[in-house]
Amino acid sequence: MSAEPVNRPSASTGRLPQGEEVKQNVASRQQRGKLWQASLLFSVVVGLSVLLMLAWNIANDAFGGIAVQADVEVETLTDGRPLEDLTQPELVALLEENLRSRVLRNLNREQPLAERDAENLIEVVLLEIVKPEVVATYKLADFLFNRAEIEAQLAEDFPRAELEFKSWVRWDFIVNPMSSNPVYAGVRTALLGTLWLLMLTILIAFPLGLGAAIYLEEYQSDKIFDERTPAGRFFNRVIARSTSIISTNIYNLSGVPSIIYGMLGLAIFVRALENFTSGAMFGVGGDATANGRTIISAALTMSLLVLPVVIISSQEAIKAVPSTLRQASLGLGATKWQTIWKIVLPNALPGILTGTILAISRAIGETAPLIVVGASTFIVTDPTSIFSKFTVLPIQIYNWTSRPQDEFRAIAAAAIIVLLILLLSLNATAILLRNYLRSRRVT
Amino acid sequence: MAMKAIDPQYTADTKYALEVRNVDIYYSAFRAVKNCSFGMERNKITALIGPSGCGKSTVLRSLNRMNDLIAGARTEGEVLYRGQNLYDPDIDAVQVRRSIGMVFQKANPFPKSIYDNIAYGPRVNGWKGSKAEMDELVERALRGAALWDEVKDDLKKSGLAISGGQQQRLCIARALAVEPEVILMDEPCSALDPISTLKIEELMFELRQRYSIVIVTHNMQQAARASDNTVFFLMDKEDRAGQIVEYGPTEQIFQSPKDERTEQYISGRFG
Ligand SMILES: Nc1ncnc2c1ncn2[C@@H]1O[C@H](COP(=O)(O)OP(=O)(O)OP(=O)(O)O)[C@@H](O)[C@H]1O
Ligand SMILES: [Mg+2]
Repeated sequence: MSAEPVNRPSASTGRLPQGEEVKQNVASRQQRGKLWQASLLFSVVVGLSVLLMLAWNIANDAFGGIAVQADVEVETLTDGRPLEDLTQPELVALLEENLRSRVLRNLNREQPLAERDAENLIEVVLLEIVKPEVVATYKLADFLFNRAEIEAQLAEDFPRAELEFKSWVRWDFIVNPMSSNPVYAGVRTALLGTLWLLMLTILIAFPLGLGAAIYLEEYQSDKIFDERTPAGRFFNRVIARSTSIISTNIYNLSGVPSIIYGMLGLAIFVRALENFTSGAMFGVGGDATANGRTIISAALTMSLLVLPVVIISSQEAIKAVPSTLRQASLGLGATKWQTIWKIVLPNALPGILTGTILAISRAIGETAPLIVVGASTFIVTDPTSIFSKFTVLPIQIYNWTSRPQDEFRAIAAAAIIVLLILLLSLNATAILLRNYLRSRRVT
Repeated sequence: MAMKAIDPQYTADTKYALEVRNVDIYYSAFRAVKNCSFGMERNKITALIGPSGCGKSTVLRSLNRMNDLIAGARTEGEVLYRGQNLYDPDIDAVQVRRSIGMVFQKANPFPKSIYDNIAYGPRVNGWKGSKAEMDELVERALRGAALWDEVKDDLKKSGLAISGGQQQRLCIARALAVEPEVILMDEPCSALDPISTLKIEELMFELRQRYSIVIVTHNMQQAARASDNTVFFLMDKEDRAGQIVEYGPTEQIFQSPKDERTEQYISGRFG
């Protein structure tokens, strides 16, 4: 360890540590590294705890307890038998016995009771006679850890109410349309809106973004017009200038606040191009009231929003393809386009797709620009075409969180979970797709 | 704009496959090579030698217009091929590279199978034929590059999953598959072990019967051993531009160089 140096430079003024010093020096350098390592670990822990807090916060709202109180207990109606055990005539009798004649008349007008099946009748019994009503909602934390207190309070306020566990995220919640009653409200309309928006945005932004990226990476320095004529030189200069302005400003564009894209979308797609975005131009006209505030307007706006990021990530992926491969291809007499199509794109595709999907999944959570381009806040009809009025999950969530009742806060949290699941599966798709493409490519 | 074609029937009896006349090559404002004139004899191996940075690769790349790919690179003067100046504005570089192939210093197979690596060149050049004919072409190219016996059972294997020497021969096979007339090689053996190097040198001798070869090498023994003609480059101390010091049959350059700088360089006292 401490061998004496053989030849020390004689005329040098500085010196390196020798002998024992080396050991100390290395130890102190290692120490410094350890310190940095510990502080890096700290960052990771902070990040992780924020994530956990977020998850807990959502779960706390989306799950919990509800106290349900019925107008009439089922047992008192049926002498203790469960409703499911009653026969169809018995159910009809039960209804005729307990409902006022006006209600009965209405029901019979919809469909005569005698012709309805048992399942439908049970629904009517619950809805019209039993009338279970949520009288109180509790967060998951309270439900789990404050049980005694809740029950005592409940016994006092609503002696007949029953406390039960409630998951606000459930199948019904996904397939039910919007409703003003939080217990029955679902996210179907918003979910469909989000899916439509997602598909359309991919269809618009991916080809445009990839095309621009290929041009900027591969063709930007090309001279399109004949350099030997003054006009050709002039146009080449103009093209070179404008593409270089674009390529240097794409990063700035990606930093523009999303609401500004919303305002742009409102001005261009909703207002100026209303004839097109409302579908009137094609005579389809979707909703007469939409006036251009349609899915296609939103998708075009979202495409503008994600375009810079799609371009940048595609450019990065294209740049990452080794130039030696390009040279090999060109050296064999391939044209530039053949090289791009057969060598560059196949090798860049995994990166391009991942970048695009991540950019778009980021945008799917956007609210502000969509509010500006006029997404509906209350809508019960599913979108049926690109010219339909629509709403999306983030707007639905925003809308629900701004209501005072606890139940709306709970279903907002449930909708957040639906949105998160959608985003996570998108990101997972991106990763799977990338891995698949990488494995298929021979390396 | 009508493209000029390189006349395939051209049979002027110059002895040169390629001839460089008064070529200056610039990288933007910097002149990297000046006043370069030499010929590359048909069916011979021409070696370009000289110290690092003297412009050998630059000259080599100018022979099939690969310098066009470098932004700011500019070539003045003439490179004659079949009586045609390759830098004539009406000549398409794609056409040039189709007839004058290139093998790079670092083997660069495509991330495709061995088979597809070979088939790529013919396919992009509009090859027409059956699958069986393509199989035959692939085999011929691989045999031509002395690689067939080593990979014939594994043509589906990735071109990157073979040894460095095999990869370099794959790249040679790939160049052969488009049936060029001239093959340019930039230090093709610099990353290879002596045995692979020897294999490639033997291969060059074989190929010489059908192709004209230009090779850049740092290895004096290789130049002496494996070339017919040698061009010696040196950098001008004043403007740092590479220029030709001496050019002639390899034997003469190595045994009785006319210029004393050549002698110094070859004997390892210089450069
Ligand atoms: N792409 C480039 N852009 C600008 N200058 C370059 C470029 N490539 C080479 N040069 C310059 O041109 C001169 C000749 O370079 P070149 O690569 O041809 O040398 P070389 O003889 O091949 O050297 P080596 O033996 O090290 O490969 C050098 O001064 C180099 O710095
Ligand atoms: Mg070189």
